[in-house]
Amino acid sequence: MAAISQAQCSTGDTWFSHMKRFVARVAIVLNGRFVFSLIMLLLIVGFGFLGPVILRRPNPLVTVGGLYDAPSSTAWLGTDNFGRDVFTQLMYGTRTSLIIGGIASLVATFIGLLIGTIAGYQSGTLEEVLMASTNVVITIPPIVILILLSIALNNRSIEAMGIIIGITSWPWTARAVRAQASSLRTREHVDIARISGAGTLSIIFWEIVPFMLSYIVMAFVLQLSSGILQEAALSMLGLGPTMNVSLGIMLQWALLWESVRTGAWWAFVPPALLLTWIAFSLLLLQSSIDEIFNPRLRRA
Amino acid sequence: MSKFQWYLLNKIAWFLVAFAVALVFNFLLIRLIPGNPVDSMIARMAAGGGVSGEAMERIYRAYMAEFGLDKPLWMQFLVYLGNLARGDLGASFRQYPVKVSSLILQALPWTIALQLPAILIGWVLGNVLGALSAYKKGWLDRGLFPISLFISCMPYYCLSIILVYLFAVHWNVFPASGGYSFDMNPGWNWAFLRSALQHYVLPFLSLVLIFTGTQAVGMRAMCIYELDADYVRYSRSLGVKDRRIIAYIFRNGMLPQVTGLALSIGGMMSGALITEIVFSYPGIGFLLFGAIRTEDYPVVQGITLLIMVAVLVANFAVEIAYGFIDPRIRAATAGER
Repeated sequence: MAAISQAQCSTGDTWFSHMKRFVARVAIVLNGRFVFSLIMLLLIVGFGFLGPVILRRPNPLVTVGGLYDAPSSTAWLGTDNFGRDVFTQLMYGTRTSLIIGGIASLVATFIGLLIGTIAGYQSGTLEEVLMASTNVVITIPPIVILILLSIALNNRSIEAMGIIIGITSWPWTARAVRAQASSLRTREHVDIARISGAGTLSIIFWEIVPFMLSYIVMAFVLQLSSGILQEAALSMLGLGPTMNVSLGIMLQWALLWESVRTGAWWAFVPPALLLTWIAFSLLLLQSSIDEIFNPRLRRA
Repeated sequence: MSKFQWYLLNKIAWFLVAFAVALVFNFLLIRLIPGNPVDSMIARMAAGGGVSGEAMERIYRAYMAEFGLDKPLWMQFLVYLGNLARGDLGASFRQYPVKVSSLILQALPWTIALQLPAILIGWVLGNVLGALSAYKKGWLDRGLFPISLFISCMPYYCLSIILVYLFAVHWNVFPASGGYSFDMNPGWNWAFLRSALQHYVLPFLSLVLIFTGTQAVGMRAMCIYELDADYVRYSRSLGVKDRRIIAYIFRNGMLPQVTGLALSIGGMMSGALITEIVFSYPGIGFLLFGAIRTEDYPVVQGITLLIMVAVLVANFAVEIAYGFIDPRIRAATAGER
């Protein structure tokens, strides 16, 4: 978006010819990695949200077989240590992981955007204070705060997990957004808005944020991926959402109940691969968005 | 005072502020636990039985005094600071009266011995592979890049789990868990070292693979970016030899990589907590896992403090080193700009 606006400022093209050029530019990458990663993601989302409905599996925690039954026609991925269906758990686990990651990245992107734009647009004491606190928080490893906060919460709901992960991971977004915002601040269209008497909030909303949307989307995608992985890490430490299945919790069960050492691969290989798949397709999505907006990155 | 001294002073001040914030977090967050940790712990002890009422009373009083839980919060914080200053992290709940610091000191060598070589080797390998695939392009790039990208995307604990399954269970070439054989006592003899080495291979391999992949992806991107930079084009147009240009690029590309190395050494404690859990490797991560499961809060608190201090010190070291290494900062602080 930023790149387009630049072109607009310098050449004074009409909006329509811009869109044409934009669409052409998007088409270059669209048929490649972007579409591929989007399809991979949609498959995962469909698997987690539609799967249980379509296959009529209302409960992932119900016992359907014995201890570590091998995959069969009824239990497609066998059963776990309590005789519960792994395939059903996988669908619900994907859903939980996606929801927690989604909440976390919404929270993180929101806080990061708020602090980053304000600090980037307002120079002076406020900027100094905001960036100083960001720089302090950024040096404290999030996993530590996550561990301490999760221990303090006796009952960890899915929403609480998402919020906790979100409030520990905003500093990177805030830094990136601030850098963008402070370079946008000196652009001509912002000056014009200022001369026209637009208020600070209105300038931030209409002149700053729309021009860094691509960065915000990319930051959101990265936060989503890191949120999902953070949740998995916490779950494996034994601090996952209470009374729920997530991909990380499936891995924790696999370790706790020795499915790895008894060779019940169906209990841990699918969640491990699914986590990798999610992280991989999110990274691919992010880098393809980056390529759409940043032609220098394209390589023949 | 020179500008460089100001730079140093400024960084030291920041370090101290961050350290203070870390201490406050570490102190406060664990006290957010509903009720107080001593009560919940005594309740569990009583439910377990086997401890007389009188002994319980004594334990209770000892804990309350140790945590200073009967005092107001600000005084508790001062007590906490005072204990820290003496290097006292308190005693473990579960293995009372074993000191938290001695538990950590037992686990620390395992973690360092596992992680430090893995980080260093992964860093060197990854940088070389990444730089190579950026220069040579062709089959090397096409083959290496997707593999490194996939590996660097893979959460390290997923790779560990799959490695355990393949090599320890399926093919049974390496032991599946522990830092050494159950029937041995740690000591400097050949049998023990051999056993430790056998247990070392898999966790080490899983860490090296991940580090190499991540580094390679980063270095490749960095080199591609630098290859396109104006100074490279200018040097080419002047007819500067390729080898010379590569040296320039390498120097420029290395700076962030060195930072990355320092930060991953600082993040060593927290970087691979779960690898140790997967392998039941007797390091910090495994200790933390056990402490979380048994709600042994002093141990958790001690480990989180250790992790924070390590990361803070690494950050600080990088900032200071940058002041010396990076010509831009040096120029700015020397007043040349």
